[in-house]
Amino acid sequence: MADVSIRALNKKYDNGFHAVQDLDLEIRDHEFVVLVGPSGCGKTTTLRMIAGLEEITSGEIRIGAEVVNDLPPMDRNIAMVFQNYALYPHKTVFDNMAFGLQMRGYARPDIVKRVREVADILGIEALLERKPRQLSGGQRQRVAVGRAIVRHPQVFLFDEPLSNLDAKLRAQMRVELKRLHERLETTAVYVTHDQVEAMTLGDRVVVMKDGRLQQVGAPLDLYGRPANRFVAGFIGSPGMNFVDVSISSDGLQAETQGLCLPVPELVRSRGGQRLTLGIRPEALRITSGSNPKSGFAAIVDVIEPLGNEILLNFRAAGVPMVARVDPGVHVRAHESIHFTVDPERLHFFDSATEAALR
Amino acid sequence: MVIERKWKKWLLFYLPLALFILFTLFPFYWMAVTAVRPDAELYRTWRQTNAAPLWTLAPTLEHVRSLLETTAFAVWLWNTMLIAIVSTAISLVCGMFAGYALARLRFPGSEFLGTAIFITYLVPQTLLFIPLADIVRSMHLGNTPWALMLTYPTFLIPFCTWLLMGYFKTIPKELEECARIDGATRFGAMVRIIFPAAIPGILSAGIFAFTLSWNEFIYALVFMASAEQKTVPVGVVSELIRADVFFWGQLMAGALLGSVPVALVYAFFVEHYVSGLTGSVKG
Repeated sequence: MADVSIRALNKKYDNGFHAVQDLDLEIRDHEFVVLVGPSGCGKTTTLRMIAGLEEITSGEIRIGAEVVNDLPPMDRNIAMVFQNYALYPHKTVFDNMAFGLQMRGYARPDIVKRVREVADILGIEALLERKPRQLSGGQRQRVAVGRAIVRHPQVFLFDEPLSNLDAKLRAQMRVELKRLHERLETTAVYVTHDQVEAMTLGDRVVVMKDGRLQQVGAPLDLYGRPANRFVAGFIGSPGMNFVDVSISSDGLQAETQGLCLPVPELVRSRGGQRLTLGIRPEALRITSGSNPKSGFAAIVDVIEPLGNEILLNFRAAGVPMVARVDPGVHVRAHESIHFTVDPERLHFFDSATEAALR
Repeated sequence: MVIERKWKKWLLFYLPLALFILFTLFPFYWMAVTAVRPDAELYRTWRQTNAAPLWTLAPTLEHVRSLLETTAFAVWLWNTMLIAIVSTAISLVCGMFAGYALARLRFPGSEFLGTAIFITYLVPQTLLFIPLADIVRSMHLGNTPWALMLTYPTFLIPFCTWLLMGYFKTIPKELEECARIDGATRFGAMVRIIFPAAIPGILSAGIFAFTLSWNEFIYALVFMASAEQKTVPVGVVSELIRADVFFWGQLMAGALLGSVPVALVYAFFVEHYVSGLTGSVKG
């Protein structure tokens, strides 16, 4: 059990690629923190630097009270679960899980006891004598997790551990991992590119892009109050709709061709400016009226009936948009529909800096 | 899946395969037949009565008996075995460490070194034996098994290194990283995790190295003078061909017995050997 503290962390490769830039992050004891971002954003590099598998260019990483910058991986008291599981192919499941304990000089009866305990938690007792190649993907995943928790490390590191599983198993393992974390109460750092995984697992989510931290916060904070256009677009599926608008000179309306929406208090003072407007798909409501001052009309071209909701795809103000509506709504393709939005549910971003207006 | 006509499969697949097998195996068959053919039959021409060029009418073990009694064949066999095993062991150990270093460690010039090692393998033995003979002589190793045990690795180590380097590259590096997090040093992870995971590759490198040193001719011919130090390939040729007289029966018996150990090694490890050349390790 330990907190992890990262200060002014940088990673620059020999070829000049700046993978992680000035990262500051405090991970509290027992916390489950998820690093998320598109590929190449530096999230895996950060995790590997915490693990000690990647040298850091500058900055400081602390695990507990100790600065671990120059400690080899074996002395950091961490455990890591890899995307491809990295089970030792020539060892049985039991020996895979026992290896870390053997290397640390535990007595045989103690090893057997610990491995059996963990195997019981994960439901893999029956597999202990098998070799990794005799296991299914989900079973391998469990063994990899078991190998990590059997040592009771200070910190768990997960590097996209679910991305090799099929969708159904992934959803199931997600819940299991969350349960396991509650039971073990160990600090965990989890890397994924899947924002659904990030939102469901993380106590806090760290969004990264191009080696820079974009925003840190609880999942619903990120969703409700994104710090910038990138976070707003990355978190949520389907993503937020963006359209460039200008604020009317009286500061009451956001306008662009074919679209006119009343704005919240927040942007009243920005009359005449050009801003980027963001609308969550579920914020769009269908209205029967056609008041041109409080909404816009659009022709729906593709309808995706998902069962629990319906996604309507259309173009408005020259950009593609998606609306998420109740399954009870009857809409036909190529029908003209009038949408309106509660002004309080609109997001505005500075066109130049892309930072959210708050 | 496309269902092909049966005759097409026979014509395009089984027939060429059968011809190929016939072509490959015929020399072995010829060797075996000649080894058990009595001398009287050996020079009988096609037109003579009782001619049986493709088989024998009176099989005999006479050649095998005289091979074992009149020559030092058993000693040659032992020499060859000993030299092949020792030189293979030396080359495998060196090749494993060198291959691992070239595949995994990033150091300046690692790529160049890999290529350079491969190039040394390309230098023909027929050139290399001249300077090597000088070295062997100045170290007073001539006519001892050490002359071959130490010179065979000059071509076996580059070969093993190259083959194993390729195999180590197919082993996911996460295996090693995981071992290092689990508490192993870099060296410990290599010995405890990477080498055991690479056993198919190590076995195939070993089999190849063993075969190469078993069949090696020119170094054995140059560095070994006395009859009781010779290896099978050299002994058979130098003792059973006297001037222009070929003792065909004994020659073939020697060749047959000499190829048995290699065939056994292949047969025993064939599964590992195939996966070592074609397969890769999945975590």
